[in-house]
Amino acid sequence: MTAVSDDTRTTPDTDTPARPKGRLTGTLLTVLAWIVGIGFFFPVLWMVLTAFKQERDAYTDPPTLFFTPTLDQFAGVFGGGVTPYLLNSLFATLMSTALVLLLGTPAAFALSLRRVKRTQDVLFFFISTKMLPIVAAIVPIYVAVNFIGALDNIWTLVVLYTAMNLPIAVWMMRSFFLEVPKELLEAASMDGASLWRSLREVVLPIISPGMAATALICMIFSWNEFFFAVNLTASQAATVPVYLVGFITSEGLYFASLCAAATVAALPVVIIGWVAQNKLVQGLSFGAVK
Amino acid sequence: MSTSETSTPRGATAAVADPATTPSKPERPAVGPGSRRDGWIRRGPLLPALIFTIVVTQLPFLFTIYYSTQSWNLVNPGSQRFVGFDNYLTVFTDSQFRGVALNSIVLTLGSVLIAVVLGLAIALLLNRSFPGRGLIRTLIITPFLITPVAGALIWQTVMFDPTYGLVNFVLGPFGAGTTDWISSYPRAAVIVALVWQWTPFMMLLLLAGLGSQPPEVVEAARMDGAGGFAVFREVTLPHLRRFIELGVVLGAIYLVNTFDTIYMMTQGGPGTASANLPFYIYQRAFLGFDIGESAAMGVVTVIATIIVATLALRLIFRSFSTEEA
Repeated sequence: MTAVSDDTRTTPDTDTPARPKGRLTGTLLTVLAWIVGIGFFFPVLWMVLTAFKQERDAYTDPPTLFFTPTLDQFAGVFGGGVTPYLLNSLFATLMSTALVLLLGTPAAFALSLRRVKRTQDVLFFFISTKMLPIVAAIVPIYVAVNFIGALDNIWTLVVLYTAMNLPIAVWMMRSFFLEVPKELLEAASMDGASLWRSLREVVLPIISPGMAATALICMIFSWNEFFFAVNLTASQAATVPVYLVGFITSEGLYFASLCAAATVAALPVVIIGWVAQNKLVQGLSFGAVK
Repeated sequence: MSTSETSTPRGATAAVADPATTPSKPERPAVGPGSRRDGWIRRGPLLPALIFTIVVTQLPFLFTIYYSTQSWNLVNPGSQRFVGFDNYLTVFTDSQFRGVALNSIVLTLGSVLIAVVLGLAIALLLNRSFPGRGLIRTLIITPFLITPVAGALIWQTVMFDPTYGLVNFVLGPFGAGTTDWISSYPRAAVIVALVWQWTPFMMLLLLAGLGSQPPEVVEAARMDGAGGFAVFREVTLPHLRRFIELGVVLGAIYLVNTFDTIYMMTQGGPGTASANLPFYIYQRAFLGFDIGESAAMGVVTVIATIIVATLALRLIFRSFSTEEA
């Protein structure tokens, strides 16, 4: 890092004398950015490091930085049966995201490229469902799910996660549909393309990055969801966040194994988010601006 | 309801504005004759999502209203009977409920506002090119991606543990060696975890906002002799307003429903010192088995939220329509 800032200092030698002050500020801001970034990440880094420790290394005062890494804690977590929970989370996440796209894409299409009466009211309705506290519905949902015998059934979570993400998805995807130039669609229909063909060949390629961003956000929210999962599942359909809670109550507070469990729970979404962060930004900004 | 008035003029302007922008194009009947059947074809793609959402999210709430008029405790099967507004009376005379409602406001507003301000500062910091920018952004968004339950666990154990936690290790030299942050300052501890989790989201949103700012405008302002802070106040901040509003509204929607962080970190305690409405209602329903009373609390919460949300949505819709103008 210092090498790079040295570089920038030496190369534009011919610059005006006003520059050095700006350059110093710039370097300070860069250092500050690094401190902030590492500061935000540090709790996560420490969690991951602790996950590779033996318990005795995790309980030291002051905390140790130097230790012999071990995979024992991860072996313990997988040996302790995290796999079914991971599979449940994966199923609920993928299924609900697929359903959201299946239901949300046509809705967003109708609300953007086609003229539907009371568009604003429908949009308002969708987003208003996100405004209502979930707690106000959990009691009847519990009673109903119990009544049809679907407690501790993964499909219950799939349906609820779909409902949870659909409003956001409709709003986001509508904004992507609005990005499609009207002229392109008109040209396609002039050329005699059917609605389906112009959707497939004109609209979809344009909105596919947006759909990916929408899917990503739905996945993050589904994977991380806790309230429905903890109230409506027990042993068969429990997801990873529920596993973490059960893990604490059964294991007590063992720092290292706890950190290994938390790392396993968090890792999939963190990796997806890291890889696709540009899509994430794009999705958020499109959703926000248009 | 309130939007029905706004939607009519807006739809009208859209219909007028369209032919105006593309005068050569015939008109919209090209898509189909404005018949009733055509209306259903247009509406068709919308219906599955609409019906699904109504069934899954609205029907339960009707039942909540019904349950709120019942005396119904799961511990006494067969005890269910109609009691009118008794549950509401109990809720309003419950001083704990009032405390918890206040907690909800403090936790939500506190976390959202701090997260937005911090997010803005960090977005400004990252909105310039410097070595490692991509990496720093990646590091900062991580808390937003992490499962909130795991995030709360990190703060509860790794950070705030009185003996082995990093916070006390760092603050030890300043005499905070053995403070048990979570039991001494439960609300502040929860806010810290929530701010850590939501600042990245605000940062991403505002960074996108900064990215959409035309550089010429900033350039021009600088040419006119405006200093860094003046440019920020007069040009950047107005441009970011919509993004800030959106961040506040979205953050508030999610944070008012916070459950996992409280469940993991404090269990609402000590007592109900850090419980918010979702956690308290959960306690009444699933630990106290009092269906009637928790339903009444749910209804009260919803009414309060609707009042606040209507105001918030006005804000969003206003900022959305000004954008299109």
